[in-house]
Amino acid sequence: MRFTKEHEWAKLDGNVVTVGITEYAAHQLGDVVFVELPANGSKLTIGKTFGTIESVKTVSDMYAPVSGEVVETNSELEGNPALVNESPMDAGWIVKIKVADSKEYDTLLSEADYKKICE
Amino acid sequence: MANYIPTTPAEVQEMLGAIGVKTIDDLFAEIPPELRLQGDLNIPEGMSEPEMTRKLTRLSQSNETVDDKVCFLGGGAYDHIIPAAIDHLLLRGDFFTAYTPYQPEVSQGTLQCIYEFQSLICGLTGMDQANASMYEGATATVEAINMATAQTRRNRVLVLQTVNPEYRRVINSLNTPLGAEIVSVPFEDGVVDPAKVHEMLNNQVAAVVMQYPNFLGCIEDIEKIAEVAHEAGALAIVVANPIALGLLETPGKLGADIVCGEGQPLGIPLSFGGPYVGFLASKKALLRRMPGRIVGKTTDIDGKIGFVLTLQAREQHIRREKASSNICSNQALMALNATIYLSLMGREGIREVAGQCFQKAHYLKRELAKVDGVTFPFTGSFFHELVVKIPNARKVLGKMAKHGVFAGIPLDNWFANLKDCVLVAVTEKRSKDEIDNYCNLLGGFING
Amino acid sequence: MAEPLIFDLSKDGCRGFTLPALDVPEVDPADHIPARFLREELPLPSMSELDVVRHFTRLSRLNHSVDIGFYPLGSCTMKYNPKVNENMARLPGFANLHPQQPEESVQGALQMLKTLEESLAEITGMDAITLQPAAGAHGELTGLLIMKAYHRKKGNHKTKIMIPDSGHGTNPASCSMVGYEVVNIKSDPRGGVDIEDLKSKLGPDIAGLMITNPNTLGLFDENIGELAHLVHSVDGLVYYDGANLNAIMGWTRPGDMGFDIVHLNLHKTFSTPHGGGGPGAGPVGVKKHLEAFLPNPRIQFDGKKYRLQTKCRESVGPVLGSLGNFLVLVRAFAYILVNGREGLKNVSAYAVLNANYMMQRLKKTFDLPYDRFCKHEFVLSGKGLARHGVKTLDVAKRLLDFGFHAPTVYFPMIVEESMMIEPTETESKGTLDCFCEAMEMIAREAAENPDNLKNAPTKTPVRRLDEATAARKPDINYFQKPE
Repeated sequence: MRFTKEHEWAKLDGNVVTVGITEYAAHQLGDVVFVELPANGSKLTIGKTFGTIESVKTVSDMYAPVSGEVVETNSELEGNPALVNESPMDAGWIVKIKVADSKEYDTLLSEADYKKICE
Repeated sequence: MANYIPTTPAEVQEMLGAIGVKTIDDLFAEIPPELRLQGDLNIPEGMSEPEMTRKLTRLSQSNETVDDKVCFLGGGAYDHIIPAAIDHLLLRGDFFTAYTPYQPEVSQGTLQCIYEFQSLICGLTGMDQANASMYEGATATVEAINMATAQTRRNRVLVLQTVNPEYRRVINSLNTPLGAEIVSVPFEDGVVDPAKVHEMLNNQVAAVVMQYPNFLGCIEDIEKIAEVAHEAGALAIVVANPIALGLLETPGKLGADIVCGEGQPLGIPLSFGGPYVGFLASKKALLRRMPGRIVGKTTDIDGKIGFVLTLQAREQHIRREKASSNICSNQALMALNATIYLSLMGREGIREVAGQCFQKAHYLKRELAKVDGVTFPFTGSFFHELVVKIPNARKVLGKMAKHGVFAGIPLDNWFANLKDCVLVAVTEKRSKDEIDNYCNLLGGFING
Repeated sequence: MAEPLIFDLSKDGCRGFTLPALDVPEVDPADHIPARFLREELPLPSMSELDVVRHFTRLSRLNHSVDIGFYPLGSCTMKYNPKVNENMARLPGFANLHPQQPEESVQGALQMLKTLEESLAEITGMDAITLQPAAGAHGELTGLLIMKAYHRKKGNHKTKIMIPDSGHGTNPASCSMVGYEVVNIKSDPRGGVDIEDLKSKLGPDIAGLMITNPNTLGLFDENIGELAHLVHSVDGLVYYDGANLNAIMGWTRPGDMGFDIVHLNLHKTFSTPHGGGGPGAGPVGVKKHLEAFLPNPRIQFDGKKYRLQTKCRESVGPVLGSLGNFLVLVRAFAYILVNGREGLKNVSAYAVLNANYMMQRLKKTFDLPYDRFCKHEFVLSGKGLARHGVKTLDVAKRLLDFGFHAPTVYFPMIVEESMMIEPTETESKGTLDCFCEAMEMIAREAAENPDNLKNAPTKTPVRRLDEATAARKPDINYFQKPE
């Protein structure tokens, strides 16, 4: 599993990366009330926003950790955005991206490096 | 002179002592001397309350009101009957001296009233959701257009020429700076032909903006226009008169995606143009595009029902430069005014107000048809407002005013091709005698 | 028990108002309007007049308001709203005017508006005023449109507006609405604009600076003259957010500080009631070189008659469907007449006295991040309470139990756990003392019995509400239950 400085995690499986927000981010946001998901098939560019995540008192952009095409979004979140708080690293995943260039994944932060950012 | 400051001179000394300064001036010391106002403001000395009251009363009396005259003016603001109970409730300090319900535990009154307002607007318009209100009709329409351009990611907007021309000017001022391209669609016989709209639609059009009934009083075929808009992937925005919706089918059922408009007809005094209240309602898919405040129902930690401002992440204080609108207030007191009006009038009352408006306007038309020289440029259906062509209209309007009647609004202010055409509105407040008198006077001035 | 909704109080057959009987011969609407445009259902309640009066009276009693108690909401200027102004706004000669009446029939109204324009120009040190904007945010939008029109006319290519990090949330949102990008400017250790940071971001692409002075910390920026000069040096314009004008009326004027554009909040400084969130009024003032861009129509006096001039070639165009929130303007005019030049200066004097008095006392109990004389408001930090597991939010909620409204909390964002307190000039020393005592007692409770804060409020009509569920499953329309 890799991380970004925008507090997202990314997990590569074959050529598909699953993306979510970290425990730290979920805690900082507080009660998540809505996740704006990209459309299936949309093309994402590394570092660019692909959606937003709203809590009661704030809103943050989500940034694509890698470039590629959206192959699936977590439709559970539409009816139950609280999943992001309950299980940010697993059931609360947000989007799956078919990577264009797997080298991008390797440039993401390791868990140890990410932990340093959160301190 | 009169002042609203309760602090006594002795208390001032005590307070200055506690702060550790000698005079109040010391508290302004960091304002650089060159920026200090030298001398006094050049405005008059203060007055006592009775002096001010006398001055403003005199000034107000130099105006001629719609009660001094008989008012047949409309064009977006209408002279309706206003139940007395409304103002007594609005004058409760608990309502009018409260602020935005930032602390919901001590703002349930305001919050529940807004929830009721939102629901009433949904009921009238046939929409899924409404916000807590906008400034007034024109700016509500501007926001509706912003919603549509954001939702469709397109920037051309077709605005029917039969939409209130004052609104169209505000749209030009406020929607174009963000890149919206406003295209107006011409009318024939008082309405816009849906085929004309169809012809002008393409895949760059975000929305078609239409009015119901339209500015010229005619009932536009919003159903057909919404249909052609949807075929092109554009949204249908309907500017509606809420009183007309006591009689007319909801824009929701006729295909509107967004309904907005002016709430003044709902028991708000004419007030020389404001404060009024704008309403904005939409279909479910547009929920997160809605600007402004929205109140939601929820429960407190004891399980008791309560209300809160909700979906706040859409708003400027959180989203800052990414917010789709900068509005940070609503017309809460005017929304309350409309809510009390709709509660008092109720289902039967609103049907009757709308019915009487319709009946009296149609009676006026039948009677005017008997006056030599009067013609009707448009043939379609109308609700309570119609265009009447009168020879030397401006001159005749002037004479009518001198004889106690505000007889209508000359349309050549906005439409060069409607010379001598006058927009005449008839509400439930007008009596048969007043309408008969209107026709008699008019006949006399045209033919006299 | 909770107050039922009007829909639940509805009883078929009830009427709350009786119209005069229809006195014209009837026709069948179906003969005149196609059936598909006639509605069948009308989902409105049916209630008696007394039921309506009781419902709204009961609801009103669930609100806190200025008439009931202290309302120290920072940056909102919750001062007393003089009762006589309500009478003035209800004079038939003002309330019963149609906006499309002939000009000759509304000369008194136009004279009132013109005189108010002149008074506001004098108070702000500007040359011309428009009364059209309906609220502060609407005024901001209008001011920025004027700024844009100015640069367009001069052929300037400007894309950015500078805003201090202490600015109101509406400032950046307004910039976006006219297509300007926002450049955030840092605050310096004294709470003013960091001049070095501003200089480093200054360039030919800067359209202007938008600033509140005193700022949202309640602090007057002494460097305002230099800031204005710097921005002018790149042909930028300086915009004054008038939310905090209550601090300086009659003492200094935005026009004299170098500002080109000003908006005012009449519902703050000029005591027009907030009405539960509106209506307000947000007039905009400009210096001479920007007058031509003001929204039309403009009110003109030719020595005999007041007229509405609509043909203003360079105008940004109308920003509202009318001349403004007229009856709000009437109230503000009445307030200015009663106060006069001396009274207005006193307003600011006492507003500043009250704020400093409270600040001196409360800084002994709470953190005061910027310890210098404030103007009309000051900002405390509740961060010191964290050791008891208590937050500013808990202090705010506990204050409600004492019968006070809470200060503005968590704004400005540059102060951690902020509490922004604005007493206004209309509060007595006795009230200020009571509030300070409550704050001190709450601070003691935080240490001794923090649950009193965390469970607060307990004495209000409802207790803390579930905002997460409200946003996740919005129930915002009686006719549509959430899924």
